[in-house]
Amino acid sequence: MSFDLQLIAESLPMMLMGIGITLKLLVISGILGLLLAICLLLMRISGRWYFNVPAQIYIYVFRGTPILVQIFIVYYGLPQFEAVRDSVFWPILREPTGCAILALSLNTGAYVSEILRGGVLGVDKGVLEAGSALGMSAHQKFIYITAPIATRLALPAYSNDVISLLKSTALASTITIADMTGIARTIVADTYAPYEIFISLAIIYMIFTFGLQKLFGVIERYLSRYTKREG
Amino acid sequence: MSEPEKRPLIQMQNVNKFFGKFQALKNINLEVRKGERIVVCGPSGSGKSTMIRCINRLEEHNEGHIIIDGNELTNKVKDINAVRREVGMVFQSFNLFPHLTIVKNLMLAQQLVRKTSKAEARETAMQYLERVKIPEQANKYPIQLSGGQQQRVAIARALCMKPEIMLFDEPTSALDPEMINEVLEVMVDLAKEGMTMICVTHEMGFARSVADRIIFMDLGEIVEQAPPKEFFDSPKNDRTKKFLSQILSH
Repeated sequence: MSFDLQLIAESLPMMLMGIGITLKLLVISGILGLLLAICLLLMRISGRWYFNVPAQIYIYVFRGTPILVQIFIVYYGLPQFEAVRDSVFWPILREPTGCAILALSLNTGAYVSEILRGGVLGVDKGVLEAGSALGMSAHQKFIYITAPIATRLALPAYSNDVISLLKSTALASTITIADMTGIARTIVADTYAPYEIFISLAIIYMIFTFGLQKLFGVIERYLSRYTKREG
Repeated sequence: MSEPEKRPLIQMQNVNKFFGKFQALKNINLEVRKGERIVVCGPSGSGKSTMIRCINRLEEHNEGHIIIDGNELTNKVKDINAVRREVGMVFQSFNLFPHLTIVKNLMLAQQLVRKTSKAEARETAMQYLERVKIPEQANKYPIQLSGGQQQRVAIARALCMKPEIMLFDEPTSALDPEMINEVLEVMVDLAKEGMTMICVTHEMGFARSVADRIIFMDLGEIVEQAPPKEFFDSPKNDRTKKFLSQILSH
């Protein structure tokens, strides 16, 4: 078979036009998902069953179902309810982008909360005892000791999840969104050249991922500055 | 003993502590007066650490009363915090905050708990780093210091809170032998200044020269307590004799 370089050269700029939407999905869902994850984490470690149990159920549901199904439920399912159509959220939920961001945020929040919990559990108990012995309150210990240390411990797994989220944004193309994958699918429908187009698309995602890896590498080095014996 | 400065700072009355079915402390009665220096020794698992950890509520006692400088330890957060403000603690494994520089390790609780200003906290921190003879390490992270230096920082960190009482939980047990003395020297200085101290330690030289009273614990009980000379030269209880023969035999 032949490999049409001309076609790739023509379609690359078109696909890159979708980079803004991909980036928007990634950044907004990433931030909302992280905020949700922090809430879920606090519920999980609150020591109160009426916070802990709902959070556990939430996490189980969103980790236990495919992200694609979640996107479909939000996009096709929610507008069935009049209450949703009457609510203040309707301007967001009537747009496919709003639905994609909602589904991606809800999904990533479930995973990230468990990643953060892993970090919290990894904080040395002795260091927290030292905080108690100095008279620090539970809140003070969490903010000034647990949170900074847990952030460092959780970062490698968290960067993994952000990269995974980047790739999940491609699923938004299934609900008519013209992100990079959406544009690629349109081009393929027009040209019948799936091979060239999808390989080019894959390479764009890889370059994107490379950038994310580098970014997290910088953050990780910064957060790990106190773990090096030589200062 | 009726002088006001010799008032009892720590009173433990009939204290019992259980871990599940295991009784870690059995009917502990202990009174420590202001300025007294107590060394607690005994075989591992005898309840020494548990006893001093009950004094600042790192462990909760199940029965009996613990009264620190007039405040009884109850479940109330207010009581616990009142006691913790008066009681400094030094741990076997130093437990410095790994993500903060040395000087910030000393400043954190001052700012959060004592509500001192940043400048004042820094000044106090530097003052105590001078006292433990490592002011030049102020801007390093804990991992960049030797074990002995880290433990001296931990002592300084506790002292920054201006405690009435200092608890030491095997402060030299995790140290390489050549670093033990630098930590003991700081503790001896502290004792000379009249700090009320309870030290769980196996450093019998320290016990002999510094302690006003040595407490021997075994199986969760206080078996014997006496001034060092009497404790080492004429122990009364058989368990004490056996323990002393084991640790002093070589």
